Amino acid sequence: MRGIQSALEPAGVQAEQIANLWTVFLIVTAIVYVVVMAFTIAALLRRRPAIVSNATSPAVRNTVSAAVGLTVLILFGLLTASIFTTRGIASVPDRAIQIAVTGKQWWWQVEYDDADKSKRITTANEIVIPVGVPVTVHLRSSDVIHSFWVPSLHGKRDLIPGKRGQTLTFRADKPGVYRGQCAEFCGYQHANMSLWVTALPFADYARWIEASRQPSRIPSTKTERKGQDVFMSSPCPLCHTIQGTAAGGKTGPDLTHFASRRSIAAAMFPNRPGFLGGWIVDAQHLKPGSQMPSIPLQEQELQPLVTYLESLK
Amino acid sequence: MIQRQTIDVASLPDHAFGSRSIMWWATMCIIAIEGSVFAIAIASYFYLQGNEEAWPPPDTALPGLFWPSINVAILLLSLIPNELTKRAAEDMRLHDTRRWMTIAVLFAVAFVIVRCFEFTSLNVSWDSNAYGSVTWTLLGFHTVHLVTDLFDSLVLAVVMFTRHAENSRRFVDVAENAFYWYFVVLSWIPIYLVLYWVPRWL
Amino acid sequence: MSEHGAHVGDAKPLEEHLIKEETKVGPYSLPGDEVRHEELEKMWGPAKGPFRWFMQVDHHILGKRFIITAFIWFGLGGILAALMRLQLSRPDNHFLSADQYNQIFTMHGVTMMFLFAVPIMEAVAVYMIPMLCGTRSLAFPRLNAYSYYMFLFGGILLYVAFFLNTGPDTGWFTYPPLANPEFAPGKRVDIWAQLVNFTEISALAVAVEIIATILKQRAPGMSINRLPLYTWSMLITSFMIVFAMPAVMTCSFYLAADRLVGTHFFNPAEGGDPLLWQHLFWFFGHPEVYIIFIPALGMVSQIVTAFTRRPVFGYTAMVLSQVATGFIGFGLWVHHMFATGIPALGSSYFTAASMMIAIPSGVQIFCWIATIWMGKPVYKPPFMFVLGFIAIFVLGGLTGVMLASIPLDLQIHDTMFVVAHLHYVLIGGAVFPLFGVLYYWFPKMTGRMQNDVAGHISFVLMFIGFNLTFFPMHKLGLIGMTRRIYTYHPETGWGPLNALSSIGALVLAMGVLVYVGNAAWSWKKGRIAGMNPFDGPTLEWATSSPPPPYNFIHVPVVNSLEPLWHAPEHQPLVTGLSTQEKEVLITRTFDAEPDHRYTLPTYTPWPFLAAVATGSMFVGSLFTPWAFAIGLPIAGAMVTAWFWPTTAKKEGELPGRSEREFPAEQASEVTT
Repeated sequence: MRGIQSALEPAGVQAEQIANLWTVFLIVTAIVYVVVMAFTIAALLRRRPAIVSNATSPAVRNTVSAAVGLTVLILFGLLTASIFTTRGIASVPDRAIQIAVTGKQWWWQVEYDDADKSKRITTANEIVIPVGVPVTVHLRSSDVIHSFWVPSLHGKRDLIPGKRGQTLTFRADKPGVYRGQCAEFCGYQHANMSLWVTALPFADYARWIEASRQPSRIPSTKTERKGQDVFMSSPCPLCHTIQGTAAGGKTGPDLTHFASRRSIAAAMFPNRPGFLGGWIVDAQHLKPGSQMPSIPLQEQELQPLVTYLESLK
Repeated sequence: MIQRQTIDVASLPDHAFGSRSIMWWATMCIIAIEGSVFAIAIASYFYLQGNEEAWPPPDTALPGLFWPSINVAILLLSLIPNELTKRAAEDMRLHDTRRWMTIAVLFAVAFVIVRCFEFTSLNVSWDSNAYGSVTWTLLGFHTVHLVTDLFDSLVLAVVMFTRHAENSRRFVDVAENAFYWYFVVLSWIPIYLVLYWVPRWL
Repeated sequence: MSEHGAHVGDAKPLEEHLIKEETKVGPYSLPGDEVRHEELEKMWGPAKGPFRWFMQVDHHILGKRFIITAFIWFGLGGILAALMRLQLSRPDNHFLSADQYNQIFTMHGVTMMFLFAVPIMEAVAVYMIPMLCGTRSLAFPRLNAYSYYMFLFGGILLYVAFFLNTGPDTGWFTYPPLANPEFAPGKRVDIWAQLVNFTEISALAVAVEIIATILKQRAPGMSINRLPLYTWSMLITSFMIVFAMPAVMTCSFYLAADRLVGTHFFNPAEGGDPLLWQHLFWFFGHPEVYIIFIPALGMVSQIVTAFTRRPVFGYTAMVLSQVATGFIGFGLWVHHMFATGIPALGSSYFTAASMMIAIPSGVQIFCWIATIWMGKPVYKPPFMFVLGFIAIFVLGGLTGVMLASIPLDLQIHDTMFVVAHLHYVLIGGAVFPLFGVLYYWFPKMTGRMQNDVAGHISFVLMFIGFNLTFFPMHKLGLIGMTRRIYTYHPETGWGPLNALSSIGALVLAMGVLVYVGNAAWSWKKGRIAGMNPFDGPTLEWATSSPPPPYNFIHVPVVNSLEPLWHAPEHQPLVTGLSTQEKEVLITRTFDAEPDHRYTLPTYTPWPFLAAVATGSMFVGSLFTPWAFAIGLPIAGAMVTAWFWPTTAKKEGELPGRSEREFPAEQASEVTT
């Protein structure tokens, strides 16, 4: 079965090591299980004398002792394998790309820091990384505990309010798109707090970074300009930022390059005009409890607004 | 005809002191439960302390030493009438039991009164910061524990002045109650050190 | 001796008395038991009158109530589980809203952990432990009544709140800051915190009763190395409760204080720490699993002994394994927190400890298999449930070893894999043995047999349904399905396995219904059981079914681990316990030599009233902390009335302290 969020289909070195460890554990425990069950069935079915004595046969005693000894040995072996894998996935490379991920009820804010303030990138629910280069995500929470988990790349790590130094370092080895999801129950819409990680060849990644550093695209058609007006005159700018415009709200996702993202509402819907329109007017029905209010717009306002947002490449 | 062996227990005593008595085991269980609560509260105290640069946190005064230290003295002194109560009860000397029990209860009352002053000299409120929360809680837990035991002792002391005292099992109750008071005292020492000396030393 | 004054009623023919003797008193009798029975019945019999329900202290009555009440919560928790499976049966389902789902999964967890799993284990012990120990009653019968009412009120509070749309919705683990007032306004989390108070008080009280009973009220001769394995398991469990429950009481107090009076235990802005909660909660929460599981190990041993027709292999190893499990169980809690980023060295210790606990579990499994190997299996339903237990629990134990590994845990933690694992160990490891042992002890409790065919059908349905429900969840977790989500996308590919799991849940529910139906029918219509229908070896079978309120007309003297398998007709008996008082025999802690006699109190309404007072205090504290100021004195008054002595005045003399030691082997011989 192909999974889009599967720990069994690793795309990076960390996830791969864990998947290998899994295979070891699976084989060993499966053998143990089969042997124990075989003994149980044999114990039930074996032919026995008509009169069973209460005495304990030495053979049984020795077998039980051997089984206990073997258990200890097997556990020790598994423990060793586990500790080696722990070390393997914990080794932090000298140079890694640093990305800050902040968990919010119920979406992910993603920031690429830079000493030069104008080069900082803020996006949401989507992390773009280069293939073959280690990435360190710095995990913070601005409200409750969340957990960052992209199974194809690494195990999970909690985002705990007030706790610094929560990081996860991983490397994608195959280009592709990997789904992740909040793994710690975080309230009402915990189920709809997902994200995508896009691993690109380095050149493509560099191009994406360059493009993302630009301010938003200036509306070029009449509809787009009307859409921008609708955006600015409705409550949208109170929560959303679009670099290069007056919109500077910090509560919701940064929309500067909104159209370049795959999804909306924390990977709940694909980023397509139909879904976007529905999301704007009816967010509270689609994702009850989320911070995004339902904005009652008329069709003639909604259409240009959607067109404008979908132009923000 | 079946041979049937029997053991006649009619001549066994109707009470026993110490670990022979079932009440002693119940008391030990309660001590274990309360002891665990104190241990966990103290562990929380150190856990929260580990998160802070300064302890108590900046802008928080140290807790006063005067009243709690007086209470240490009261508690240690109370061990004398308490032990005498226990011995009198185990020898089932009703008159001595009554006298020493009354004195022990008076010590406990004094302790509770001083405890009120102790709260006022903590110099922090429970809702100021986590330090205040855990300090108040630790002292509060011990106070609840103390007040319930005082109540218990009071009731028992009253019983000992009624006709119900003339029953060997009442003496077992008194002995167990005195045994429990040792735990009240013993648990106060570490809590006292944690609350009043840890902020000064660590 | 006075035993010879056997009194046979004048009006009735002799045969009727013989029958009565057979069913009420059994072969463990002496001449004169007819009179003694009537006197004991008068002394120990239940309260009567219109308010009797509020006054009972008999451990049989309270044990039955405990069991039935716990099963009612189990049923409700099961219905909630069914609703969840319905919701998850297909992607993008709109059967439940997010809010409903969050309340329901929280309620399911809270119900099963706090209102079913621990209480049912204690409930069975409340009924059975005094009988297994060979004593007339559980120690502290009034406390037992109080703990029952607290348990009942706690459950009622939770479900009333749920039906008023105020059910807790932050998970049974209730992590702050999600549970802090800022993110969880309203009373939902406060209900959780108060429920914990109710159930913990109840659990702790019962634990104290069980410890005291096992240590001090065993029949003469039942030295510590003749304790049945089930009794051992309840002793260890009770000690674990004593040390584990205070952690959850303390942290739920912190949480309630944070919510009610503005303390900052879990508020990172004021020096608090959300991780403090996790440490305290799991310091309770992990032992909790063993508190549920260890009694089940004891139950398995009882069943294996009775249905392989031989003593369990490796008694000492079994006992030591249980003790070891009890100790190690306290050293594992951090494996619930690997994803929070605990320093590596510390984590490795917890990995090692978590794997190590597989050793004592393994030892016990091997010993049971060895017992089956050497014994002669009798394929009755209780034994089938044990076989189901072995098949399921071993798998759950092995997935537990996987979860102990940090790298694997980082992937499968908080996924459906964990849901599968925990149900394998809790349903397979605890509910299957529980159902087995209730089938085994059903005749003792009701006097009637369950229907074996229905028993087998219920087992097969439960076994198939269980595996169908939970096995696919392992795979679901590995392919990324997280826990506690009310919906998922079709593109995740989780649909088919979820559908399979939901179908399995239906089969499992049918199995449980057949079991409960069988029990209900058999209670009224089952075949009459007699004293010892399964030829069990331990003391609970040495009296009539159902037992008289005082359990044994003469407390038996124990001379081996399986006293009833060794010449029961020569069973030595204890005489001389008063029939004019509720007297029990106290024996010495280790060697169970008779030590002294002890009188238990009679029935009374005060425990009920004290429970009402404390319960109202807890409910009041949902609204104001002043509820404690008002409630404590009232509760104190109730408790004083409860403990106030009722000794009749003895004429002017103080009984002297007896220094006389009782000679252990002194025995007189009576010929009947």
